Amino acid sequence: MSTKRLVAALTVFFCVAPAWAQHQGHDMHMAPAKKAPAKTAPAKKASSMDHSQMDHSQMDYSKMDYSKMDHSKMDHSKMDDAPGNTAGAPVPVPTEADLAAAFPPVHAHHLHGTSIQSYTLIDRFEVQHGDGVSRQAWEASGWIGGDVQKLTWRTEGHAHDGKVERASAELFYSRGIRPWWDVVAGVRHDFGQGPSRQWVGVGIQGLAPYKFEVNATLYVGDQSRTALRAGVEYDTLLTNRWILQWHAEANAYGKDDLSLGIGSGLSNIEAGARLRYEIDRKFAPYIGVDHDHAFGRTADVRKAAGGKVGDTRVVAGIRVWF
Amino acid sequence: MSIDYSALRGEIASLSRRRFVQGLAVAGAIAPLGAWSKTPWALRANGQPEILSGTDFSLSVSETWLNYTGRRRPAVTVNGSLPGPVLRWKEGSTVSLLVRNDLPRGSIHGPDTSIHWHGILLPANMDGVPGMSFDGIRPGESYLYRFKVNQSGTYWYHSHSGFQEQGGQYGALIIDPLEPEPFDYDRDYVVFFSDWTDMDPAKLFARLKKMSSHDNHHQRTVADFLRDVEKNGANATLEDRKAWGRMRMTPTDLSDVNAETYTYLVNGTTSLGNWTALFKPGEKVRLRLINGSAMTYFDVRIPGLKMTVVAADGQYVHPVTVEEIRLAAAETFDVIVEPAGQDAYTLFAQDSARTGWVSATLAVREGLRAPVPPLDPRPLLTMADMGHDHGMGGQDAMAGHAGHDMSGHDMSSMSGMAGMDHGAMSMQSHPKTEHNNPLVDMQTMMPMPRLDDPGIGLRGNGRKVATYADLKSRFDDPDGRDPGRTIELHLTGHMEKFAWSFDGVKFAQSEPLKLNYGERVRIVLVNDTMMSHPIHLHGMWSDLEDAHGNFHLRKHTVDMPPGTKRSYRVRADALGRWAYHCHLFFHMESGMFREVKVEAQS
Ligand SMILES: [Cu+2]
Repeated sequence: MSTKRLVAALTVFFCVAPAWAQHQGHDMHMAPAKKAPAKTAPAKKASSMDHSQMDHSQMDYSKMDYSKMDHSKMDHSKMDDAPGNTAGAPVPVPTEADLAAAFPPVHAHHLHGTSIQSYTLIDRFEVQHGDGVSRQAWEASGWIGGDVQKLTWRTEGHAHDGKVERASAELFYSRGIRPWWDVVAGVRHDFGQGPSRQWVGVGIQGLAPYKFEVNATLYVGDQSRTALRAGVEYDTLLTNRWILQWHAEANAYGKDDLSLGIGSGLSNIEAGARLRYEIDRKFAPYIGVDHDHAFGRTADVRKAAGGKVGDTRVVAGIRVWF
Repeated sequence: MSIDYSALRGEIASLSRRRFVQGLAVAGAIAPLGAWSKTPWALRANGQPEILSGTDFSLSVSETWLNYTGRRRPAVTVNGSLPGPVLRWKEGSTVSLLVRNDLPRGSIHGPDTSIHWHGILLPANMDGVPGMSFDGIRPGESYLYRFKVNQSGTYWYHSHSGFQEQGGQYGALIIDPLEPEPFDYDRDYVVFFSDWTDMDPAKLFARLKKMSSHDNHHQRTVADFLRDVEKNGANATLEDRKAWGRMRMTPTDLSDVNAETYTYLVNGTTSLGNWTALFKPGEKVRLRLINGSAMTYFDVRIPGLKMTVVAADGQYVHPVTVEEIRLAAAETFDVIVEPAGQDAYTLFAQDSARTGWVSATLAVREGLRAPVPPLDPRPLLTMADMGHDHGMGGQDAMAGHAGHDMSGHDMSSMSGMAGMDHGAMSMQSHPKTEHNNPLVDMQTMMPMPRLDDPGIGLRGNGRKVATYADLKSRFDDPDGRDPGRTIELHLTGHMEKFAWSFDGVKFAQSEPLKLNYGERVRIVLVNDTMMSHPIHLHGMWSDLEDAHGNFHLRKHTVDMPPGTKRSYRVRADALGRWAYHCHLFFHMESGMFREVKVEAQS
């Protein structure tokens, strides 16, 4: 045990309390580390300080200069203590062996809170019936990543006789920016009958007050196309297993895309309610109704093509997550 | 009335078939502290852990297939049993423990292992935390733990590697004191509570990340809304729903993992296994209650018996007689009971969310049972519980709630709370790192120590419930110095993301909390979440302060219910790098963990 280390250890022991005082900008000259009789209220002294606003984690105690303290003026005898109490017994001066035991060489190890997780939700996988026509539809989403940064994906679409009529698939980088909100940025690919379309998008998704799940994404495509898609979803618990899920989604476009039956402006709103029964948390069959309504120029295009502006369907399907 | 078959039938009927199977599979019996019970006429029986005493121990961590639910599942065990052997040490002796990793290749619990001696003061390289104390124990390898035992009482040990603590790697630790204990007893039993799951614990963690509310099957429904409207009026009900809705939270969120997932165990036995502690009428029986569960708070009582608490976390307290005690995860309490007048008593432990229970029996002979009480009603969290403005709709929720009367809160007892400005009931301030932090979903407004609060679900239940205020160390402040400085840390989290942290910073992004060797420091914890967190500092005691800032109760694990602000003193007399974390296993795993580094200045 070197003398230097001994001195250092003693210095630490006797100086900690005053060092704190110094740190607070008080004149530390030279309040001994007073023994507080157990029955008084030592905390009073600290009550005027608002420690909560100090970021202690960023203090660097190693930079304190203990050498400037004048130990001769400290009354170490007062650090002793009340009867029947080992109080104030100085900590033993660490030996070389103690130090070796205290700081063994260790390799970097698992850091709690860094796990990569994933989630897949097939929210709707269903058959739709309306106007004597039957089709299949789906909506699914998922993520892989950490608590703040994730790779997220979404897909939705519908098919007839197993052939995709129209669908979209999106892949985003998402980042939590507020407790309940993530920003997303990525790409979207529309495909099916008719030409495919590519977009880059940026948006927001999260949980609004009252537990409305919302998302809104703005897209830019080739030929200066722009699009906006926004959705909202809400669960009403009839019981803890019978759950009524409400949802609505709106699409708007910056310009006509007549080959896909789309007019500029608000194009359509799809809204519905699905009653599911959670056989367990992960698996639930459901039935429901869904209504799709076209607006503005899109409605005109639909009418011109002999179609209907509004379309109501009865749906049945399953919801699964894993 | 030793056997009440009608009550028993009801209980068995209420158990699912699969749990019935499990009970038969692990039918155990008595395990008093065997050879060293003061009247050692009861012998160990099947399924009971070994009791090892002395100074030299050889422990093998391995995989053992157990059947608690009708399915054989791999547990991680010490010397092949769950819990592992009871280790009995002697204060003042130097113990050597050779721990060998015998986990099979490919085990879901592998590859490395470790044992941490919870609450034991020892050199840092003996503390058993991989990455801080040592590198862990690789398959086929051993680590020799060797240290002098400088304390006495009831403790426990568990793995600090991977998900092994949830997987079954834990056991009781008993240290006989040099000086006679300040209480008498005739018999001595370990009562070790734990929570078992058939799931791979890593998958359970993943499930929490996907859907943290998976186990909450009591969320409020339309029917609850209508009932509340009828009871409290439409305005009050809407106000209440608005308050919770704005927070995107639910007042039925009492625990993250509950009996939906867990099978609760006493000494490694289910209720149907009916672990039994034998007594002769008139004897004093010491029960060493240990909560070795990963995620469960147990509320423990023995209907018909009062319990006298004589030690908390291994340290003597002034005896206090109670009827019920809440065990936060990792806490231990020694109680003395004097059964007489009945041949059998039920030791009943229900989880704090009231989803399940486990029972054992105190009886004059094998094979007896006493009635098992029903689960208590499920409480609802209130805004007041979380230290929120009482006018925010919380009042209405509270009105119907378990007789909890805010006026009963002793506001005066708050004066002097360390670090708080009590002149005006000022709002709690928060660290900058919590601001706009995507991992912090809530902040408390007016937290209080609430040391005299029995806790959510225990208030006004007609029973005397032990509180921290009731438990006072039997000794003065062993250090005696006024803390030289105060460190405030906030317990933070995000329920939906199942992300937990201190000050909104997960372990991976945090800097060590540096203490100077020898200093006396005050740690103030503020709970900014809606969950309780048992906070455990390795290597040093946490000397809980009373509401006036005086030394009150020596602990190794300090429970922090929602809405509380509690302070404790730490004597930084142990050099090294120490783990500091929430002892709810998956909270720790998701980041509510810090390194505390005690360094000598040089
Ligand atoms: Cu621990």
